[in-house]
Amino acid sequence: MRTTIHSLRKNEKAVIKDFDIDIIPLKLLEMGCLPGNTVELLQIAPFGDPLYLDVNGSHLAIRLETAKEIEVELIKNAL
Amino acid sequence: MHQNINVALIGNPNVGKTSVFNQLTGLNQQVGNYPGITVEKKIGFCKLNHNIKANILDLPGTYSLNASSIDENVVIEMLLNKNDKLYPDVALVVTDVENLKRNLLLFTQIKDLEIPTILVINMADRMESKGISLNIPFLEEKLKTKIALISSRKGQGIEELKELIVTYKTITTEPCLNASVIDQDYFDKLKKAFPDQLLYKLWLVITQDVNFLNLERKEIKSTFTKSHTELKRLQQKETIKRYQFINEVLKEGLAVDKSIAKDFRSKLDRVLTHKFWGYIIFFAILFVIFQSIFDWSSVPMDYIDSTFATLSTMAAEHLPAGILTDLISQGIIPGIGGILIFIPQIAFLFLFISILEESGYMSRVVFIMDKIMRRFGLSGKSVVPLISGTACAIPAIMATRNIESWKERLITILVTPFTTCSARLPVYAIIIALVIPNDRVLGFLNLQGLALMLLYLLGFGMAIFSAYVLNKVMKISGKTFFVVEMPNYKLPLFKNVAINVVEKTKAFISGAGKIILAISIILWFLASYGPGEKFKNAETIINTEAQANNHSVSKTELDNRVAAFKLENSYIGVMGKTIEPVISPLGYDWKIGIAIISSFAAREVFVGTLATIYSVGGTDNETTIKNKMASEIHPETGNKVFNFATGISLLLFYAFALQCASTLAITKKETNSWKWPLGQLVFMSSFAYITALLAYQILK
Repeated sequence: MRTTIHSLRKNEKAVIKDFDIDIIPLKLLEMGCLPGNTVELLQIAPFGDPLYLDVNGSHLAIRLETAKEIEVELIKNAL
Repeated sequence: MHQNINVALIGNPNVGKTSVFNQLTGLNQQVGNYPGITVEKKIGFCKLNHNIKANILDLPGTYSLNASSIDENVVIEMLLNKNDKLYPDVALVVTDVENLKRNLLLFTQIKDLEIPTILVINMADRMESKGISLNIPFLEEKLKTKIALISSRKGQGIEELKELIVTYKTITTEPCLNASVIDQDYFDKLKKAFPDQLLYKLWLVITQDVNFLNLERKEIKSTFTKSHTELKRLQQKETIKRYQFINEVLKEGLAVDKSIAKDFRSKLDRVLTHKFWGYIIFFAILFVIFQSIFDWSSVPMDYIDSTFATLSTMAAEHLPAGILTDLISQGIIPGIGGILIFIPQIAFLFLFISILEESGYMSRVVFIMDKIMRRFGLSGKSVVPLISGTACAIPAIMATRNIESWKERLITILVTPFTTCSARLPVYAIIIALVIPNDRVLGFLNLQGLALMLLYLLGFGMAIFSAYVLNKVMKISGKTFFVVEMPNYKLPLFKNVAINVVEKTKAFISGAGKIILAISIILWFLASYGPGEKFKNAETIINTEAQANNHSVSKTELDNRVAAFKLENSYIGVMGKTIEPVISPLGYDWKIGIAIISSFAAREVFVGTLATIYSVGGTDNETTIKNKMASEIHPETGNKVFNFATGISLLLFYAFALQCASTLAITKKETNSWKWPLGQLVFMSSFAYITALLAYQILK
């Protein structure tokens, strides 16, 4: 199974690998969500959705359906 | 020699751009609209030195030059149109020192437009506590710009910024990176075809859907079109390219010592987005807002009410008797009073909303409410319009523009008018005061405040319920996107909040005020003149009647009867009587009918109308409108006109009916079709009639 932002646990960090460009809005790219940048899951909203992320130093929230589309690689021994 | 230059303020949302604007211009600013669209246009004036004055244009916040809303289109159109009289001589790109990386994306795009650009790095006072240090000479060299380090909150660096603006001619207009390498072939051809045009400008025309005056879109389109996916892929490449450049520059230009940064944000986030405390805090804040609005504004409102009653009497006594005096004392003064009485409540509402937005708390509410709102076809971002809707539906509907999904946005637009806007407040306030006792329960809950709270909840409930229904009924598919920035927490600045409250209140009062005043004057005419013999011979008829019945009546009593008889047979009286059969099942008499007709275009006119009607109908001006309404007796039943059943019926009618021409206009503008506003009107008004009817028939 591929790892996506959706499968991160709280406070886990990862590097963005790839995503389907037709699904991800340009606005998200402009906020720093690009391959090679790091992403950290900061908070999960009360009912499990949306997710509050630190992407490349920007703080933003996206929904699970978008998070599922962004493939990442976990950074080991982070913290 | 005096010189005027144009300065444009550009920046991402949440970087303190408005504070910079306020610092530069003080209260010397004008708020208007861009022609044809309802995007706020803020221009301020600033004296840079003895000779140079600046017109400062505060452009809407945007993350990039790839526009996705009409607010963002404004930015591009302004920056591409050299013929505009506000076209900037110099651009200030405002950034937040903590978000420099992301903020610089927009900066590199602006640089490509070859406008002299100054990089304003705001919130510099936080650098020390966040462990941030900058290599300014290095950054200035790499970014090909001049940098101003400022703190708009503390007013630091503003004078230096002004001095820097004066030297704008010395700033290079050279771009800081070459983005055309993403598809060299394509851009070379483009350059060859349009040698006179700026390459980046051509690229924006190809990718954006905005109007450019001096550039033929079709011409470029035919030879240089690419498929949507291809374009987006190129835009992605462009964005990556720009970020690569920015990362490289910041690697040397910016250092962050993470051990110093204190994490206040994550602690506060943990509480405010907590699955239990998050909601408790949110609802507690709402509760405090609504209780305080009713409690705190009642004193100034009563004061305004009685002041205008006194003014009317004074005008009637001191001016020479005649039609003009009557118009002033019975038409114009009560009309103006009916407008000014809004000020306390509207100001309080805008105050609270502005504090919630400024502090960064609103984004946390969006975050915790998104999942819940989605069940009803709304977005977490719908919370902002629904809360702003308690002030006025017009700015609230405009606030839906940042909702990415069209279906969620449309539903939000359609249901927002159910929230209790401030125009309903005067109607609620006077009716609640008449039919709900001013007692306290459990020692601290004011019954009248509680009734008002219930009406607010009813408005929200109805909005949510209709959203649910619309979501089930409407067949609009499409990918839903949702991206919300979670800004840093900030203590709201008094100056920003105050300017915002004053501007919004002023705009509301002058907008609504003109309508109310005009309607008040028309009403006074319609109430003071009538068709036919009955109106003309009112005195004789009443006198004969009194003598025939052989009743001895006092002079005052006789005058009152004449006045009442005149009103009944005036133009407006005839109109009211005509619709009486339709509204009497709701418990209303013809006087209330008049008020409903006249308030069709704006709810708040209801109170003003009753004020005018009761001023014309009686001879004593010194009693307040509330007292007059309380003592009004129904001639047939002998009961009070404003009894409990009628009161509740009226409250429900005004809670649901779409009595607001401006809302219809804005819905038309934002949805680009008459279908939605008309649907809104029919649905809301018939729903209002039915609930008011049921309520009266059950309660009477």
